[in-house]
Amino acid sequence: MSEVQTGYVTEDGRQIGDVMLDLRAITLRFGGVEAIKNISFDIREGEIRAIIGPNGAGKSSMLNVISGFYVPQEGEVWFHGKKRPPVKPFQVARQGIARTFQNIALFEGMSVLDNIMTGRLNYTKSGMLAQAIWKGKAEREETENRERVERVIDFLEIQAIRKTPVGRLPYGLKKRVELARALAAEPKLLLLDEPMAGMNVEEKEDMSRFILDVNDEFGTTIALIEHDMGVVMDLSDRVVVMDYGKKIGDGTPDEVRNNQDVIDAYLGVAHDE
Amino acid sequence: MLYREAGDYKTSYEADSQTFPIAFDRYRYWFVLAVAFLVLPFLVNDYVVNALLLPFLIYSIAAIGLNILTGYTGQVSLGTGGFMAVGAYACYKLMTAFPDVNILIHVLLAGGITAIVGTLFGLPSLRIKGFYLAVATLAAQFFLVWLFNKVAWFYNYSASGQISAPERFVFGVAVTGPNTPAWASYLVCLVFVTFCALIARNLTRGALGRQWMAIRDMDIAAEIIGVNPLKAKLTAFAVSSFFVGISGALFFAVYLGAVEVGEAFGINKSFLVLFMIIIGGLGSIFGAFAGAAFLVTLPVFLKLIGVDLLGWPTDLVAHLQLVVVGLLIMFFLVKEPHGLAQLWRVAKEKLRLWPFPH
Repeated sequence: MSEVQTGYVTEDGRQIGDVMLDLRAITLRFGGVEAIKNISFDIREGEIRAIIGPNGAGKSSMLNVISGFYVPQEGEVWFHGKKRPPVKPFQVARQGIARTFQNIALFEGMSVLDNIMTGRLNYTKSGMLAQAIWKGKAEREETENRERVERVIDFLEIQAIRKTPVGRLPYGLKKRVELARALAAEPKLLLLDEPMAGMNVEEKEDMSRFILDVNDEFGTTIALIEHDMGVVMDLSDRVVVMDYGKKIGDGTPDEVRNNQDVIDAYLGVAHDE
Repeated sequence: MLYREAGDYKTSYEADSQTFPIAFDRYRYWFVLAVAFLVLPFLVNDYVVNALLLPFLIYSIAAIGLNILTGYTGQVSLGTGGFMAVGAYACYKLMTAFPDVNILIHVLLAGGITAIVGTLFGLPSLRIKGFYLAVATLAAQFFLVWLFNKVAWFYNYSASGQISAPERFVFGVAVTGPNTPAWASYLVCLVFVTFCALIARNLTRGALGRQWMAIRDMDIAAEIIGVNPLKAKLTAFAVSSFFVGISGALFFAVYLGAVEVGEAFGINKSFLVLFMIIIGGLGSIFGAFAGAAFLVTLPVFLKLIGVDLLGWPTDLVAHLQLVVVGLLIMFFLVKEPHGLAQLWRVAKEKLRLWPFPH
């Protein structure tokens, strides 16, 4: 458990800050099944943190614990140096944690623009009456939010599909719109659940570039689950490896790559008895 | 050729998010408003107002209300009739308790009271969804009608159990009671329709509407981006009931003048309004108007053809109407779940490119 509040410098020279999110001895059970067994790890400010592991290892459950869907039976979640009481997902969102889903969770009946605008809901302060009249504060806020959203749209290069209903978009673009919605919330911590699942190489390259750019330009801390080892090793600063609900490795990509437990459980290559 | 958006450039985000982004739509909107307010009042007679315009306007408000709840927020409600009854009885109690206050204020207050009642009955929506919620609102429907029949205080202990609207004036002109000129009752309803439609449109194109639609489309994702489901659903129930309450108050005070609750606000009314938004289009303000217009004019139209033109007996035509509505519901549910509004949108898409389809 890392209590040391100092950062480190990555290989490419980025300064990583203090611990932002600290998970301490998390245990999550569904009935008799232990999905997560006594796992601790931390996510530091500004870093790209990957969570990897075979199917059913408990990676998505871990993300769901962070975003408040599941309340772990044991363990504590510390965010920005404060212990987080049991919270609802929408309260987690207000603390500055945004996420995307493994199978896309967009609002199919709304346009791309409206979908991304929902990311700004936490920044809307005007009341129902002001919105009903659509004057003054409500209109100003709407315009401000639109400006922010347009910046995200530019950033992710989806200007052309702004007004398209989301239901009509191809898979790869949907993934990008979902990322845009999460970015519009200007999160401090961005959780990506398999952002590249089902993509071809070019789309993966695009998505990788966006993830690096988000981290670089906005300084957003990113935690991602990904199966593509090449992507994980290239993108992330530190990697947590899970297997059957247990943590079997934690460290830089190189450390993890050479960890015998990890090779046994997950990579399964270059390991001869 | 007038109907086009080419060259209609938006230079600000305000202009881009306005209600009618296409110039021609704006002109038409102002034209319709001008005709409705400045021309129609001088042309209408008793028959047109009572058979067509008043029911159309009043049901439009109810349909907008239900559409906010069902079409925008995805919460099915079968309690519309009951909530209209709340509006009607609230208006009646206010009118008789404070005779000096303007009737228009009473109607608004009746909407407010219905909003509170609607929010209370919306509480189960936090736990139950879909069919189960529909049944819960059905319970509200039957409970409210029973309540207004049972508790004599609501109808001021009148012998018949009915409530009847006393005569009230706006600017010296009677708008309720037997001496109301047709144009006055028409104008009162028109003012409320305009007011309600504007509010509904502003709410649905803004942040609150996005919360509602997010809950409708995927409640888990909505929660993860910070929508409080409790707040979103309850505001939808409140706003929806507010409109439904206004329509109930107008239905009673301006249109019928005297009502018996089981007859005027029974389960049939709930279904009628639900059919309006299904046929008109779920999740569209225009759809609420289209559905209301359609279901109000359909009986008149069928009677015109069946009874007056073909000489069929009246009861046959009345039953035929049920068959036609039933078929139409099935047709729209299967073929075009977004209703007349979607057909209208498709027509506009086509017109936009006309005469060059590619």
